[in-house]
Formats: sequence, structure tokens, C-alpha cells
Amino acid sequence: MIQYQGKGVYGAIAIGKVSVFTKEDMTVKRTRIEDVEAEKARVCKAKEESIEQLGGIYEKALKEVGEDNAQIFEVHMMLLDDEDYNESVNTIIETQEVNAEYAVAVTSDNFSSMFAAMDDAYMQARAADIKDISNRLIANLQGRKNGGEGVSGKAVICAYDLAPSETVSLDKEKVLAFATAHGSSNSHTAILARNMNIPAIIGLGDEFLAAMENGREVVVDGYNGIVIADPDEETIAKYEKKIAEDEEKKHLLQELKGKENKTIDGKEISLYANISSVDNIVNALLNDAGGVGLFRSEFLYLEQDDYPTEEQQFLAYKKAVETMAGKKVIIRTLDIGADKKVDYFGLKPEDNPALGYRAIRICLTRPEIFKTQLRALFRASAFGNLGIMFPMIASEKELRQALAMCDEVKEELTQQGISYSDKVEIGIMIETPAAALISDRLAPLVDFFSVGTNDLTQYTLACDRQNSDIEPFVDTHHEAILRLIEMSAKNAHEHGAWIGICGELAADTELTETFLRMGIDELSVSASFVLKVRERIRSIDLSK
Amino acid sequence: MKTFQYIITDEVGIHARPAGVLAKKVKEYASKVTITKGEKSAEAQKLMAVMSLGVKKDDTITVTVEGEDEEVAAQEVEAFFKENL
Repeated sequence: MIQYQGKGVYGAIAIGKVSVFTKEDMTVKRTRIEDVEAEKARVCKAKEESIEQLGGIYEKALKEVGEDNAQIFEVHMMLLDDEDYNESVNTIIETQEVNAEYAVAVTSDNFSSMFAAMDDAYMQARAADIKDISNRLIANLQGRKNGGEGVSGKAVICAYDLAPSETVSLDKEKVLAFATAHGSSNSHTAILARNMNIPAIIGLGDEFLAAMENGREVVVDGYNGIVIADPDEETIAKYEKKIAEDEEKKHLLQELKGKENKTIDGKEISLYANISSVDNIVNALLNDAGGVGLFRSEFLYLEQDDYPTEEQQFLAYKKAVETMAGKKVIIRTLDIGADKKVDYFGLKPEDNPALGYRAIRICLTRPEIFKTQLRALFRASAFGNLGIMFPMIASEKELRQALAMCDEVKEELTQQGISYSDKVEIGIMIETPAAALISDRLAPLVDFFSVGTNDLTQYTLACDRQNSDIEPFVDTHHEAILRLIEMSAKNAHEHGAWIGICGELAADTELTETFLRMGIDELSVSASFVLKVRERIRSIDLSK
Repeated sequence: MKTFQYIITDEVGIHARPAGVLAKKVKEYASKVTITKGEKSAEAQKLMAVMSLGVKKDDTITVTVEGEDEEVAAQEVEAFFKENL
């Protein structure tokens, strides 16, 4: 029995078998070989295996995401069969008398840099496809399984770190828990784990990952941030008991369903859920949320390998508002950039991505992307109770520009005879200290504020939320943050706007009373926290 | 030899998916199908080469079909372009 210490990001327990999620970046050694023909035959075999695997993925994708999205795997199969690509691999083996892995890696670099150098963002992004197929080929040459595949049943996913897009692409039905060597508790992967009610531990260290292999039994204790490998019977019994207790607690919380979010002295507050995709909107209803306070629309972009069309977005937003049947659904416009990267956007690498080209800054400089989304949003507004909010606003000018684009879009729709609701509430995220400090100027322009505490904390305390080394310095209860929130609340109310909190802090029950006293009107939390926060609200007496 | 010109109407030009379908399609014919844009050309069955032409919306391409079934092949390839690109 060996124990590894990390940091728990979602308190829950899982017992199960390990599945190591291999990073696609792998090192390849250059070795001299004697038998050129044998080496070429190895490539041929690995290629066949790769095509067979891709065929399987294609079939699965066809069932789960439909033909349009599945086609990319068919393209991958064709790319693997490309004459020029294969000729290049064989030529390198023949002329340099080197191993197949090396020949594939060099070919991959050559072809992907050819695409990366093209003057078209779409083609540049295809470099990733070349790398993807080449990595699969190399993995097969080395006799390794590509990330996550080949594990039957539910498993504990162990990885170096998980990018948001990697987390999204995992089959949720098969994930028992996440355990990563690196990462920080505010990363989007951690947020996703919370959304999915899945135990997750980060920062377990390289030693942990090196020791993990597929099929090894582990206990993941998300409360204490520990992973126990090869647990003995006594340990398993102890944790099984804990799982049973959790179940009971969950059951108790279920009893709070349908109850009002009212303090003992009668102050009522709205309690909404944060949602990351249309699929988990049902969790908002299951956990009795009064609405959706944050719908992260970027997941529409992360799940795709090209810009989602107006129609695709419209259908997703329409489904969201229809599912919530008249309850409010606040959709945050595109928040790409910083740690959320999408290849096809062709964003340049930045030294300071959190302070860089992201969210509303992309939208205002690439209006074609923004307007497509706004059109889809306004069209969907005709089918339910939809609100729109803009992320990362730092100045009055940015807000006015965004509002002007809303007006343009509405005007266009009117001219085209397309209906939309005239009751769409428009608000902004308060996540830069600047927005909080000028909230008196911003409030008259909007219907509501929603405080994004994760970024507000990062920017106020100058602490990179991706850097786990500085976690000891991240005091989420810091007075500076609370003062900014209080200031925003006061200014919102003075100008007839309401204010909510949709960051991680909204679910922090140690602060619920503080927020209620500030006059916060709404809290939006991960669906799994809704009832827990309700329980807390109902225990508070503000008259005392 | 059969030749036709075509102006791309697809927003992203000749992108991976249709190029892949085209590559598969032209393998059915005995004829050799070549796509030319400006001074660069590529055999239609070579997916990466076709993609690397970087054909965008409103670009004019010339398609050359040469071989024993060139009549049918040219007709069907042109129909494919009209429908998909």
C-alpha cells in the first residue's frame, strides 16, 4: 500500500482501476537500423493498426456526435494513407538507415510545419491533425496504447495534467475519478470535475504518475487529496463505508429539494447553477436550481475543430432555454484565450495569456465571430428566458462597443423578419478589478452584474490561477476581493441593476452569510453544490 | 484530356473533409485527376498535397482529368465540386 499526497479539488471518494492518460507529446530516439525492409514493414503494420483504431473511434463518434463531427476521423484515416506522407517516411528510413519512429517524427514535423506556415488559419490548425495521426502511429510502433483507450468499464484517469479540451473529449461514463501529477485547483479541468461530481486530485507529483499503470487498483480520496495504491482490505472497507455515508448525505440533501432559498428571518435569494454544456443542463434541474446563472458557451467552441456555425449555436442555446422551461438561462459569450485554447482560432502564443488576447478582446476585434454568436443568442431568446453576459470587461468603452453590436444584430434580425425576445437581460462579468472600481459607471448600462471570483482573485491578488506553486498565496477570502464585490453590489443597486456571483466563491458556505449581508441577489454554483448552499442559507439568521 | 475551371464558393475553401472525400472518390477512376491553382498543382488523390495548395473561397482552380474514363470522371468530379465546394 503506497500513499500519494496531492490537493483534492472535489470532495468525493472513488475506488477503482487506473487508466493512464498518455500525453500526445512523446519523445522519440534516433537509432541506426540494419534491416530497412523490416523497418518499413513495421510502419506498414502500425499504419494498419492505426487505421483500425481510427475506424473504431469513427464508429463511436458516429453514434455519439453524429456524422458531421465524426468525419474528421475518416479524414485522419485518409491522411495516414497519404502517398506523400508514406513516401517521406520510407525515404527517411532508406536513406538514413534509421528507425521507423524517428522517420515518422521527422515526417510529422515537416508536414505539420508546412501547414503551420500557410497563411490561412484553418490550414494552420491542420498541423494538429498531422501531429495527431503521427503520434498515434508512433504509439503503435512503440506498442503503447493511446490515451485512455482499451480500458473497459469505469476507471480512474491518471495523467500528467489535463487540458480542458482533453477533459471534454473523455467519455464521462467511464471516468471514476481524475488524478493528475500537475495542475491547479482553479484550472478548468478542476471546475469540470466539480461539474461532473467526480472526485479529483491534482498536484500528485511526477513520482505518482511514474508509478501508475493501467489496471492498478487505487482509492481516490478527494476530501484529503490522497491516492492510495494497492489498498488493503481494511482500507477498502473504511472507504466503502465513507462512500455509503456520502450517499446518505446526498440523500438528505435531496430532501431540501423544492424548499425556498430563504434565511430564518425571511430574506430570499436566487440560487442558480453553472453549466458547461447543453448535456449537463439536466443536472441543474435535478439539483433544483432556479435557473442557469452561467452557461459557459466556449464549450461549443472547444468541442469542435472549426468555428461553430450560427445554426449549431442557435440549436444549442434554444435547447438550453427550452430545457429550463421559462427559468432564466444566462449565457456568457465566448471566453476563449488564457488557459482555454482552440487550435482553429490561430491564437499566437503569449507570455502572459491571462493578461492577453482573450474573451471580449477577441470578440471586439473579430466581430464576425462575435456577431455570429450574438445572432444565435438573440434568435434563441424567442424560445425562453435568456440573458446574455460579456466576460472580461475592463472599461466603459468595451461595454458600449459590445452593446452597440447587440443593437446591430437586433436591427439585422428585425430587417430579416426573424423574431427575438425584447426582454433579453444583458449584463457583464465583474472579473477585473477595473470593472469593480468603475461599477458605478457600468451599472447604468446593464441589467445585471455577475462576479467571476476566480479571475477577480487572480487579477486582484496578482496570482496566476494556473500556477500551483503559488497556491499558498491565494487567499480567496482576501479583504480586497470582498471589498470589490461589496462595492459592485452597492453600485449595482443604486442604478437598479441586480448582482450575482458565479465564481467558485459562490459555493463557499463560509461566505454565504457575508454575501447575503452585502445584498447579493443571486448565487450561481456548480449544480452539485446547489442544495448544499440552500441548506446553509436556510440556517442563517441575518437579524442576529 | 478533359479540363474544367471552377470557382470555390465554400467559406473555408478546400478544407480537410471534402478534400478527403474527393481523394477517396478519384481513386475509383482509372484517370489521373489534377488540381491546379496558379502555378501549383496537386494530384487529387493526394490529400495533403491538395490541402497544401491552400485553395480559398473565390479562388479559381483548373481541374485536369486524363485517362480512359476521363469523360465520366470529369463529369462526376465537376458535380462533386458544385455540390460540396
